[in-house]
Amino acid sequence: MNRTEHPRAWWLVLPVLLVVAFSALIPLMTVVNYSVQDIFGPGQRVFVGSEWFREILRDSRLHAAFGRQLMFSASILMIEIPLGVALALAMPTRGIGVSFTLVILALPLLVPWNVVGTIWQIFGRADIGLGGALLRALGSDYNYAQNAADAWVTLLVMDVWHWTSLVALLGYAGLRAIPEACYQAAHIDGASRFAIFRHVELPKLRGVLTIALLLRLMDSFVIYTEPFVLTGGGPGNATTFLSQYLTKMAVGQFDLGPAAAFSLIYFLVILALCFVLFSFMTAGDER
Amino acid sequence: MARIDIEDVAHRYTADAAWAVDALTHSFRDGSASAILGPSGCGKTTLLSILSGLLHPTRGTLRIDGREATGLPPRQRKIAQVFQFPVVYEAMTVFENLAFPLRNGGMAKDEVKTRVKATAELLGLTASLDRRASGLSADEQQIVSLGRGLIRPDTAALLLDEPLTVIDPLRRWEIRQKLRHVHQETNATLVYVTHDQTEALTFADEVVVMDQGRVMQVGTPRELFETPKHAFVGHFIGSPGMNFLPCRLAGRELLVDGHRLPVDRNAFTDPGSGELELGIRPEFLELAREEVDGALPVRIRSASALGDHHLVRVALGERPLQVRVPDGTPIPTECGFLRFPPEWIRLYRDGRLLT
Repeated sequence: MNRTEHPRAWWLVLPVLLVVAFSALIPLMTVVNYSVQDIFGPGQRVFVGSEWFREILRDSRLHAAFGRQLMFSASILMIEIPLGVALALAMPTRGIGVSFTLVILALPLLVPWNVVGTIWQIFGRADIGLGGALLRALGSDYNYAQNAADAWVTLLVMDVWHWTSLVALLGYAGLRAIPEACYQAAHIDGASRFAIFRHVELPKLRGVLTIALLLRLMDSFVIYTEPFVLTGGGPGNATTFLSQYLTKMAVGQFDLGPAAAFSLIYFLVILALCFVLFSFMTAGDER
Repeated sequence: MARIDIEDVAHRYTADAAWAVDALTHSFRDGSASAILGPSGCGKTTLLSILSGLLHPTRGTLRIDGREATGLPPRQRKIAQVFQFPVVYEAMTVFENLAFPLRNGGMAKDEVKTRVKATAELLGLTASLDRRASGLSADEQQIVSLGRGLIRPDTAALLLDEPLTVIDPLRRWEIRQKLRHVHQETNATLVYVTHDQTEALTFADEVVVMDQGRVMQVGTPRELFETPKHAFVGHFIGSPGMNFLPCRLAGRELLVDGHRLPVDRNAFTDPGSGELELGIRPEFLELAREEVDGALPVRIRSASALGDHHLVRVALGERPLQVRVPDGTPIPTECGFLRFPPEWIRLYRDGRLLT
């Protein structure tokens, strides 16, 4: 194909460039700037080099929050991905049931995060919440505000309720894209239902599942609103994840320097995790 | 390998739909290579799905080696199928792909290995056994799916559903060679579905021509070419297809557009009176510059060179005809004379051959 260069086309890219600059690049540079200074007030600042970074990396409370964060992300991924695939497999493929299931599945995705938190905060309450009261009536002393395990379970169930649909919808789209002949060939080859899943469906789903996994990983790694609304990070620090810790540091205590250093490390960790996962999941493609 | 008989098989997809396949009765002989030929939508893929068991016919019975098999699922029929688009298990190597049907049947490891080796040898896949199936080209993938069909020791028949559709034209010939080689080596019962007559005629020793769910004619490529039993077969087979002219029988001669043509009256029983159609292949018409006995005057409309022959469009009165003239024969420029050799004239009433 013949490509002609149109220098004027750059002008069309300019608006996006400006938006990205103001929404991402400039704030990021500001954060980098903060991370190497000690800021006492407007106009009063001292260059401190990498001190904040060293301090942050030694912070044991942060280590704990990081551990909880990893634990949370790993748990929801291990639940949501298989559950979403199972849902996608169970969904009807034709008839009125299709639209019905799609709408039902899409509903949780449409609920804003703080509302999700509020819904579950009320739902789980022992006095006025349906879920909490039900568990009480069944003889459990469930209380997410006082028991760390209960808080964790509530958070996990909430995230699964909120986001499994995404995996299911992506998986459903992936399954619908598999040509009928692949199934027919597998039937003729005498494959069992499990073999069809393992050798026909799963390989074809790898692309969409990679996307689902990355989306859920990134999203769960920066989860903030829901635990903030539901438990406020408690009881104790049991559900204080990285973003909440960061907010406390930056907005609560106005430790801008350490918070900025923390942000950068946080950013790099997510980037590295996604990179590792992505490389791992697409490793087979080049062979 | 096995013989497959279908008897009065009919299928429609919904109760109020037209019959996709209508009252078919046919036998695919043991070790034969048959082609099912027809235009898109003629029911050939439906028929294939009925044979392989992916579809249960609305009516009729199917027997494999004389044993009733109408209700059997695909895996129990032991009929293998190669699809239009190459189907391979992408995450597996070529070896694993070939071994898949065997492993599903619970075959012992050593035996699997031996059979995979033998099949790979037959198809020329030995060098790529360890490669990932997803990395192969379309034609190699199609060979792999062919191999999966052939590998089971008890395969009754191998069905091929337009297997060359997505294959590069240059590689088609190669795959067709391989298929023929496989057929000779294994003596497999092959059923090959296609809408491409060249494919069908070069591949098969028996061709089933279908249209609108019905079998129009079954025969060798030669029979289909020389004596189409149905006007549709005349149109569909050949390139270009048969010429047709309305005519009447008058004693020992044919009346065509006011002209008289001699005809072999012994070739068919008396059709009585009424409209008939004369069919003759472009290959059998003889075009001459000078008037010869029994030839009709025609106007030349156009001529195009097609390699080893010329295709000449002529008009008999207002009726267009096509004539295939071998290279080297002089072609008249404006007017010519067209001879209709009586032995190649076929007569049709309502589209059916008079016999």
